Amino acid sequence: MRTLTIAQRVLRELWRDKRTLALMFLVPILIMWLMNVMFSANSTTTATVATVNVSSTIQRNLNRVDGVTVRPQPSRQAADHQLVSHRVDAVISYRPSNNHYRVTYANTDAGKTTLIKQALHAALTKQTIDKLAGANQQLAAIVRIVNPTAPLPTHATKAPTTSDHYQYGDADTNFFAKIVPILMGFFVFFFVFLISGMALLNERTSGTLDRLLATPVRRSEIVGGYMLGYGLISIIQSTVIVLATVWLLKVEVVGSIFNIIVVCVLFALVALAFGILMSTLANSEFQMMQFIPLVVVPQVFFSGIIPLDSMAHWVRYIGMVLPLTYTGDALTKIVMEGQGLTDLGGDLRALLIFLVVLLVLNIIGLRRYRKV
Amino acid sequence: MEQLIQLQHLRKSFGKHPVLRDVNLTVSRGEIVGLIGPSGSGKTTVIKTMLGMEQADSGTTRVLNTTMPNRALLSQIGYMAQSDALYNRLSARENLAFFGRMKGVGGAALKEEIAHVSQVVGLTDALDQRTTGFSGGMKRRLSLAIALLGDPELLILDEPTVGIDPALRRQIWHELAQLRDRGHSVLITTHVMDEAEHTDRVALLLHGDIIALAPPQVLEKQYQVPTIEDVFLKAERED
Repeated sequence: MRTLTIAQRVLRELWRDKRTLALMFLVPILIMWLMNVMFSANSTTTATVATVNVSSTIQRNLNRVDGVTVRPQPSRQAADHQLVSHRVDAVISYRPSNNHYRVTYANTDAGKTTLIKQALHAALTKQTIDKLAGANQQLAAIVRIVNPTAPLPTHATKAPTTSDHYQYGDADTNFFAKIVPILMGFFVFFFVFLISGMALLNERTSGTLDRLLATPVRRSEIVGGYMLGYGLISIIQSTVIVLATVWLLKVEVVGSIFNIIVVCVLFALVALAFGILMSTLANSEFQMMQFIPLVVVPQVFFSGIIPLDSMAHWVRYIGMVLPLTYTGDALTKIVMEGQGLTDLGGDLRALLIFLVVLLVLNIIGLRRYRKV
Repeated sequence: MEQLIQLQHLRKSFGKHPVLRDVNLTVSRGEIVGLIGPSGSGKTTVIKTMLGMEQADSGTTRVLNTTMPNRALLSQIGYMAQSDALYNRLSARENLAFFGRMKGVGGAALKEEIAHVSQVVGLTDALDQRTTGFSGGMKRRLSLAIALLGDPELLILDEPTVGIDPALRRQIWHELAQLRDRGHSVLITTHVMDEAEHTDRVALLLHGDIIALAPPQVLEKQYQVPTIEDVFLKAERED
């Protein structure tokens, strides 16, 4: 009964705080929209190369590589000048005397450097193959003159062809596809954590928590009321974040969106309990903000965005005690592999354990303010 | 005389710092007891111990014949903290309703209670305003009204007249006297010495000790000074 009254009060206060309300629902949409703008930008790398003394065959081969433009230069000096003034990304100069290509990269963009390296490699390989083919034909002609009856390999040995098929996504699927489910979980955590933490902190600093504890309310009823009130909000918020991510970022979801929302809401409840617990360690809003680099940001590093398989054991153990790890794993499996909730038993169980432990800690933690 | 508060030999320290050394205090039915002491003398700790928010290291804390801390008993105590402690986004009526329900008053009884306590503190006309727009005095009065919800036998008021203009202060003391005459008991802390003249008995708290507990006139006679403030200064010098 008191739980409901507290939840009702929490919701009524929040409803009258239009700015916070807007922050909770509009900011996630804004962030997702920004991510969409950033990630859908043309990500093809282009590079311009100055060449000195390079044969027209190689120049043609280089030009054929996607994104590479060749600008032949009369001298090393002219080419180097172009490089210094940032008009080209690399200078390739050839010295016939020792058959050597000297490449100088601007190397201010690692992507461009890689592209040019690959392009030169491909151009040289193609030249070698062309030369070999030409030599082969000459050899065949000579053999035919010397011995017309000799069995020659037919020219039917055409290069094999390949075709690509994708289990998930398409040819444009990139690194971002992998991190989007994790980022979605991260934003759910971030927003819920901050707002719930601030709310209980306010209650403590304004003295209303003391007054509340001077009534016969149970500590569990206070925690329950907060979880219920903010839980309802976080269901709506998680839904908004999930739908904004899926629609704005056009993420291909193999599994069901409903399952994503279920996992996100469960995670939001963990974030809620976590925020409330952390707020008891903070004495001001500013101190609450200090938990962001300490508690919120590191979770991203251990959540699977960066593969942890090759790292030291202790790094993986840290990841195991952070709830975002399990959420990221569950969301990835739903989004990319289409797994159902029943297949995610381990992750969901881990999140439930986090939730229960945090709730118990919160109820115990309130003892600091009242001994019964 | 029935005693609503009995504190015996309370000791409490935070870390190595002793806050209460040996506090003995009684409040009987139908009296106003003033707990007086300078800032940092342990007034708030005494009050928090009575409410069960803190637990004494040793000694007995009995309130309404029950050993504290006791959660259920809190419904029979009206508590007003130093800070106004109101939900500013809620109206006065919503604040009263919320704390009323927390105290276990509900339904039709709650409506009557709200009407009654808001009339006592003179806030009937402002009931539906949000407390953000309240003046300091209105907030204090609403805070007092919340403490009065449920018609508790015992009122524990922590500095209820801080930052309040003289007219309102007089009005609050008038209300407290009326409550006392109806058989309620009041324990009130203040560091404004002249307010002590309004109380039936004064407890002087200094360095965690109750150094005197008697009617203000008796104390003034005993220390041979005209006001409680002088009593206090003299006691402090002798201590």
